[in-house]
This record gives sequence, structure tokens and C-alpha cells, in this order.
Amino acid sequence: MSPVDGPGIVNPNLPVDRAVSEGRVPDRTSEQIPELHEVDCPAELRERIEELMSRYPDRKSASIPALWAVQRLYGWCTPGGIRQAAAVMRVTPAYLESVASFYDLLHTDPVGTHKVAVCTNISCWMRGGDELLDAFRAAAGDDEDLFVTGFECLGACDIAPMASIDERYFGPLEAAEAQTAIEQLRAGAEVLPEKALEKRPLPGGPDA
Amino acid sequence: MPETRMLLKNAEDPALRTLAGYKGYGGYATLEKAYRELEADEVLKELEESGLRGRGGAGFSMGKKASFLPRGDVDKYLCCNADESEPGAFKDRELMQRNPHQLIEGIAIASLAAGIGHAFIFIRGEYDSQADILDAAVAEAYEAGYLGKDILGTHRDLELVVHRGAGAYICGEETALLDALEGKRGNPRLKPPFPAVQGLYGGPTLINNVETLSNVPHIVRNGAEWFKGFGTEQSPGTKVVSISGGVRRPGNYEVELGIPTRELIYGLAGGPAEGREVKAFYPGGSSSPVLTADEGLDLPYSFEAMAEAGSMLGSGSIIVADDRVSIPHMALRTARFYHHESCGKCTPCREGTNWTVKMLERVVRGEATPMDLDIVASVQENIIGHCLCVLGDSMAMPVGAMVRKFRDEFEQVIVEAGGGQLEDEARISVVQATPETLRAAT
Repeated sequence: MSPVDGPGIVNPNLPVDRAVSEGRVPDRTSEQIPELHEVDCPAELRERIEELMSRYPDRKSASIPALWAVQRLYGWCTPGGIRQAAAVMRVTPAYLESVASFYDLLHTDPVGTHKVAVCTNISCWMRGGDELLDAFRAAAGDDEDLFVTGFECLGACDIAPMASIDERYFGPLEAAEAQTAIEQLRAGAEVLPEKALEKRPLPGGPDA
Repeated sequence: MPETRMLLKNAEDPALRTLAGYKGYGGYATLEKAYRELEADEVLKELEESGLRGRGGAGFSMGKKASFLPRGDVDKYLCCNADESEPGAFKDRELMQRNPHQLIEGIAIASLAAGIGHAFIFIRGEYDSQADILDAAVAEAYEAGYLGKDILGTHRDLELVVHRGAGAYICGEETALLDALEGKRGNPRLKPPFPAVQGLYGGPTLINNVETLSNVPHIVRNGAEWFKGFGTEQSPGTKVVSISGGVRRPGNYEVELGIPTRELIYGLAGGPAEGREVKAFYPGGSSSPVLTADEGLDLPYSFEAMAEAGSMLGSGSIIVADDRVSIPHMALRTARFYHHESCGKCTPCREGTNWTVKMLERVVRGEATPMDLDIVASVQENIIGHCLCVLGDSMAMPVGAMVRKFRDEFEQVIVEAGGGQLEDEARISVVQATPETLRAAT
């Protein structure tokens, strides 16, 4: 008798019983593409995704942009939002989930309204990136509205140590400025205006 | 030695971002001339003759790559690789942020040369503000008739879409980029077929880096001979070099290729902080084998000189480690990055990056023996050349070089962190990765 025939059957060749799954029994029918009327998709999301699909020769190319649209609307890639996007794109929700879970910027779990990504890669690490991350974590405390995370190279080693705050770059930052930035985020004020990347001139100055 | 600004010329002027500002400096005149007066083959020939080498990392001839695309009436695609995610690289960000129309003009001219009707800019999702700038510039270019249907009444069409990624270093690898652009997880593909034969949606595809394409208008405007007047014979042109880490003035500097590396690090970037010395540096991003100060500072900064020294120019990103930096910790930092970014498709990379991190963690905790360093080195050798793409190699090359060149420091860290003493017998050297084996495998 095979050890997977049922619970409690002992395989003498194994030191312990083979684990018997109590989990979901696979459905015989494969996952279906949800119909639009089943998912209650907001019109703005549907129109946005349809517009995105029209930009590409193949509609599936719009999956990352569509997931961005879901994330912008709901704050993260919610299972419901993924189903809505799947219904509009005519793909299975599992397909979009597989895409969402691959990429660092697409969140498949709830995150706060404000996102702070502190670079901890080589150049930032040399200039205090780890300390900056600690300072942001301490300043944010357990505020669920603030999502503070360490991040791999954000492509701004010239302003190391730096952070991406709500998708805008700031640096070089002192650890003490983390507190200021968090307070500004909470107050809805402009964050560290003098440290914005856009304000930075070329290091070599104007053309000779 | 000052900078030689071609791509970053006038970049201090914020108006350059707008179509009017760009045209004010002579922008789009080359596109107009190319579309109205030149044959595709003439443009292609100019690009080939210029000797322009890809600025994304591999350094392959841009014109040659474009000439690999089949002629005739098939759906061909151009992908501009703007997924700049290599630690140490931030030049494409600067180019897109300050001069988006230069890139668009380059894409349009390259598309004309290769007979392409559909182009994409794949920009990393983190570059949100740069993507906004590109979106605005593309809209302006459509409005002005430089993109879209029947460009300037020449019966040629070009659609250009700015596509935002969502955070994955692997998407900078050209075939993973294609998968991501097709709406999949960014896993690399088996090559051949190369993208020039079978790429996006199965069609012939030209993939070039932002900086490479930004060079195109300058070459077509002034001619290949003019372009070859800059740089060295094998590395013509200028290069936007990103310098970061232990220097006083980190940032992007545009220089002629072949400039002494010392001039870049000390002259332009101001050298290390007061009282500090350069210990080692990555000459071409975190994927390039580190060079010690003695090895590297007096080399010319060119594709060929860096290759000869057992490293590479890569994306042209110098990360300087001054004498305060612990090389074993830097190796761990590097390995962690590649471990995090490995897509998991090929076993040598997925497991090799994982075990390298674990072993280097043991090293810095003082739980390793010098023999572990040999194992680290042998793991690196077993990654190189054994995967679909070079992500694993990109960890193996720098980490292998660090273990080889700074072995004493690794051993010292083990001793100090472990509080123990090393026996001489423990210094058994089983495997030594050498520049020859590293080069031979790549």
C-alpha cells in the first residue's frame, strides 16, 4: 500500500509517517478567467487598463502597468484588485499574481500609505545607509501608515546615503533628517525640499 | 583634465527637458535630416563605422548589432534598456532626467536605420520621476510629428511607449527585459536565438542602452570620422562615468574614453576624503572584478585597458573603496545583492549566490576557516558560464577577485571576529581563481 493512500498509514521505510496534507484539494477544473460582472471593477480602473492594453501589440504586455494601476488605486495589489485587472485583461488572476510576486515594487501584502525605501547597497552602505535605515525605522515606529524598508541600489549613488520617499529621491541624508522627513510626511508637508535630487546640479558645474 | 561634454552638453539648463528648449540647441535637426534626406542604409553605415560600443555593460558594437536585424517587411522592435539597476550606475538616470529628447531622437534615428516601427523604453520602476519626464517628452514629440504615423510626411511610422518596470535587477538583462515587457516574470531566455533574430513577440529586436542611443544623433549629425576623433581607437567617443563611494565629489562626469583612471577619481571626483587613500575600486559597476589602487589607478579608462587588467569597463560606474572599507564586508554586501536579485531559474546562480552569502556571513562572524575561502572561490568558478544569463557571473567575478586579491584581509577578519588564532596548516589553498580562468569562462 502506498504511503499516500490515506492518513495514518505507516511506511516502514520512513522514520516518520509521510505528511498527509490537510490542505486544499486541487480543483479538477482549472482556474477560470473571471467575468467583468463578477468582479465589480471600478470604471476608472477598467478604462485605465484598457487604455494600457491598447498601447501594446499584445495585451499581456500591459500586466505590469495594470498592476501598477491596481496598486495606485488600492495601495497594494489586493486579491480583489488583481481579479478585477484579470477580468479586464482576460487572463487568470493566478497569472497576474505570479507577475506581482516577482517584482519588488509590487506589494502583495498591505503596506502603508507612505513608502520609504532606504538604499543599503555598496555606495550608500559606505556612507551610512544602514544607520539611515535604522533612523527611519526608529522615526516611523510602529505607525502602520508608514512603510519603511531597506532597498537594493536605487541608482542614485551620487547622493549616497539616499532614500526614495513616495517615489521621489532625496539625499545625501544625515541620520537626523529621517525624523524630519517622517514628521513632514505625517503633516502632509513637502519632504526635505533642499535634498530633492532634482535640485542637484551636475557635479562638474556648468559647461566649460 | 576637464570633462568633454557631448551627451551632457547644456544639461544644466532645465529648459533642455522641453521640446522647445531642445530644439533651441539644434535638437531634432538630425532626425529631420535623416528622415527626409538619408537612406536607412546610409545611417546604419555611419553607425557601424563610428565604432560606437554599447554603453550598457557588454560593450558590443552598436552598429553591428543593428545590422544583424533582417531586412524587409517584418515586424521589428527596438527596446531601449533604461532598467539601470547595477549598483554604482546612475548615468542613464541623469541622461533621461536632463535630456529626454536626445534619447527620443536617438531612438527614432536608430529605428529608421534598422527599419523598426515599434519602440519601447523599458525604465526601472524606481525611476518614477524620470519616467514622468520621458512621458511628457514623448507626448511632445508625438505632438510635433517626430513620432507616430507618417513622421514629417515621409510615410514612415514609429510608435514609442514608455514602459515602467516594477523593481527587478534581472530585467536589465536583455532577454529578461523582453519577458518583462511581454508581461511575464522577468526570467532570462536561452540564447541563441539572439534578440536580433527572435526577440520581443518573436520578432527581430534591437536592444540598446540609454547612453548608447543618446549618442546616435551626435554621430549621424557630425559623422563617424568626427566621432572617432574622441576616445581611443577601440573605444571611440565619450563616456558618462558614474563615480561614487569614497570620493569627495561623487556624480556623473562625461569624459573621453581612455582618460587616466586617476584623473577621473582624483581630478574630477576629488579623490578620497582628507587623509584617506584609495584601497580598491570597481571600475565598471558592482559586477566588475575590483582592482586594487596599485593595479588600476594608472590605467587608461577604456574598454580594452580594463579588459586587459582582468576587469571590465561595464556600464562605466566606478565605486571607490577607501582604506576604511572592509573588503570582506564589501564582498558580503555585493553577494547579498545578487542573491536577492537572482531570478531563481538556473541552479548555479540561485544556489551559488545563496551559499556565497552564507559563507561570507560566516567569514565576518569569525566562524569560518581559511579553507572556506577556497570553497567560496571554487563556488564562484562553478557559477561562471553555467547559467542562461550573467547575473551569477556578475557576483562571481567581483567576489572571486576580492577573495583572491585581499585574502590576507579575509583571514584577518576571520581571526579577529572569531577571537581565535589560525594555524599555519589551516592555510591550505585548494582552488585559486585567476584572472585567466575568470576571463576564459566569460
